[in-house]
Amino acid sequence: MAPATTLEAPPEGAVAPPGAIRKRRKPQLAGWAYAAPTALFVLIFFIVPILLVGQMSISDWGLFAGNRGINAPENFTKVIDDRLFWPAVWFTLKYTVVTTVILLGLALGLAMLVQEASRWTGFLRTSFLVPSALGLASASLLFYALYSPQSTPLKFLGIDSFLGTPSAALWSTVALIVWRFAGFYMLLLLVGLQGISGDVYEAARLDGAGRWQTFRYVTLPLLRSSIALCTILCVTGSMLAFDQFYILTKGGPDNSTITIVQLVYNMAFFGQNNLGKAAALSILVLVALLVVNVLQFRGLRDKES
Amino acid sequence: MRTRIARGYRRAVATIAALGLVATMAACGSSDDDTNSASAAVTAEGTDDGSELTLWTRAPLELQAKALVDAYNKSHKNQVKLTIVPNDDYVAKVGAAAGSGDLPDLFAADIVYVPNWTKAGLFSDMTERIKLLPYADKINQGHIKAGTFDGKEYVLPFVLDLSVMFWNKALYKEAGLDPEKGPATLDEYKAHALAIQKLNKKDTYGTYFGGNCGGCGVFTWFPMVWASGEEVMDAEGTKSLLDGPAAQKVYSTFRELQDAGAIAPAAKDDTGATWVAAFQEGKIGVMPYPATLLPTAAKTVDVGVAPIPGVSAGSGSTFLGGDGIGISKDSKLSDQSWNFLAWLTSEAAQVDVLAANNSTVARTDLADNQYSAKDPRVVTVNQVAASPQSKTPFAINFQQAFNAPGSPWVTLFRNQVYGDAGALAADNTAVSGVLGQ
Repeated sequence: MAPATTLEAPPEGAVAPPGAIRKRRKPQLAGWAYAAPTALFVLIFFIVPILLVGQMSISDWGLFAGNRGINAPENFTKVIDDRLFWPAVWFTLKYTVVTTVILLGLALGLAMLVQEASRWTGFLRTSFLVPSALGLASASLLFYALYSPQSTPLKFLGIDSFLGTPSAALWSTVALIVWRFAGFYMLLLLVGLQGISGDVYEAARLDGAGRWQTFRYVTLPLLRSSIALCTILCVTGSMLAFDQFYILTKGGPDNSTITIVQLVYNMAFFGQNNLGKAAALSILVLVALLVVNVLQFRGLRDKES
Repeated sequence: MRTRIARGYRRAVATIAALGLVATMAACGSSDDDTNSASAAVTAEGTDDGSELTLWTRAPLELQAKALVDAYNKSHKNQVKLTIVPNDDYVAKVGAAAGSGDLPDLFAADIVYVPNWTKAGLFSDMTERIKLLPYADKINQGHIKAGTFDGKEYVLPFVLDLSVMFWNKALYKEAGLDPEKGPATLDEYKAHALAIQKLNKKDTYGTYFGGNCGGCGVFTWFPMVWASGEEVMDAEGTKSLLDGPAAQKVYSTFRELQDAGAIAPAAKDDTGATWVAAFQEGKIGVMPYPATLLPTAAKTVDVGVAPIPGVSAGSGSTFLGGDGIGISKDSKLSDQSWNFLAWLTSEAAQVDVLAANNSTVARTDLADNQYSAKDPRVVTVNQVAASPQSKTPFAINFQQAFNAPGSPWVTLFRNQVYGDAGALAADNTAVSGVLGQ
């Protein structure tokens, strides 16, 4: 193959005017070729599935029965009429707000705590970060054992039931998520904190700023992009919450902890076996996430400019 | 040089693209409809020619499935390859395989889901073959009926799982109850549970139930209604009758037990993951329990066994649960698969494998065998399986109405035991609403 190509190459270059144009085009083509493998993966593993989900969402598509033709917009109206839809939306929003506020507040506190070099810093950083090394499903199983009345070592806390009432189930799950993710967000914020130059703090001190003033007018503004990144990650993650509730509560007690993604799963595999309806809900979640992310990015950009 | 590299890349890219296209096309599944070339001669034994068969089942039946497959593989040229799937993932896995035409040759299904799956066409018709079995009318009729759709039979019983009343004989003795006599009515059940509770032993309770588990409620409470001579649904499985007098008596029994503190507190949150555990630890007096777990429970507790009672004394009832098994629509080895199923219902499998492992046999003519003779409790279980009040409920939307987490049935019985008992009419309508979809 190779010799043939080398033989072919010179004549092309010899023909002057068209060759010049071709030469300019070739790097372009090469550029496309470099990007092609990635583009292909994006196409196969992202675009095609999304199109497939889009098609499912407008079709009468049962788990066992397969595609039985287009029925738009029946799936969407069915989703919105589902008796668990609005409770699930409400619960997901509540959970997202609670988790984001607690998680970011705590992560910021931890980051400030371990920022200064002291003899305990290494130990503290490690112990905060270790839970992040555990998969979310494994962490949920661990907490399932902690919360189960049959195996809990936490009886001394005097709590009757960790998962028995709607609010207990919510807070028990939030505790798991905070434990699992605080270290990760601490790490992100720590990177931001260490990016702030010491000179700025020195200047603030010389100007007579107190601890609170330094934090409020120096640290927070300079940390804005890190905090924004954490918020986007945390909000997106919380809106897509599934594993922890699937393992800890199965949506109970009395359907009080069903999140949107759980509802997607239930529609597809638990009883209704309706992939069309599940796909319609997935599309709605996708749209909601896009809107939220666009708003967050816009807010971030405004602040930077 | 540069062009050479570029061309090389282009070629590579083109190849990758072509491969990708082929892969996508393959994944989209060219639905080659090979309607299992109905072989000319359908025989009672099927074919044993050394083929490899695949079989899927869910994890709770692992013990029985392994014993059956091992025994079959030892005595036949065909070899069955068993795949065990976690209980909660089973429907999703079967659904995905059904969509892409990759179902195994044989697969088992929770018998209450079978009507839905036969309707979706996941199994091949076995009507003719089943007729050829000399003992066809002796096979458990609850399972056969659940596997019949439009007059065609698709499913045979794989493993029977029955619900019966278990009690802890040691605790009965302590509480001054007759350790050889279980509850014969719902009122006796309540009285026994309260008597155990009165012992005031630490961490020991009168009774237990899966308080947040739809499947457990179906399995243990439906028989109480049947034993009282009532039904839980209409014959088509489209309307709920769970607001009848017998059902109400069941709810009030559990509500009164709850109010008296005789139900273990853990029951309220139990999603079915651990509802059998406390009894095995000897901490529960009396409760409806899966008969398949008799060998396990008997290791740690001196267990008494009785049919599940109704409002008034009678022959009692049980839930004819467990898994049915059929040949999948995608199997290309239906004669070989039938060989396994024919063997499965034979005496060799039913008595020498299932009964020998203390499982219930799926044939009425084999209820008395050399293994059950050794343990009168097994005879009790086999007898109640044949009782006319023992049933397998039939409904197309069974999973959605009853078993799914957060189903309207879970809402109904939780309200009856823990919440607003006045919501029965509305809750029952909600169950009917899902059944009738």
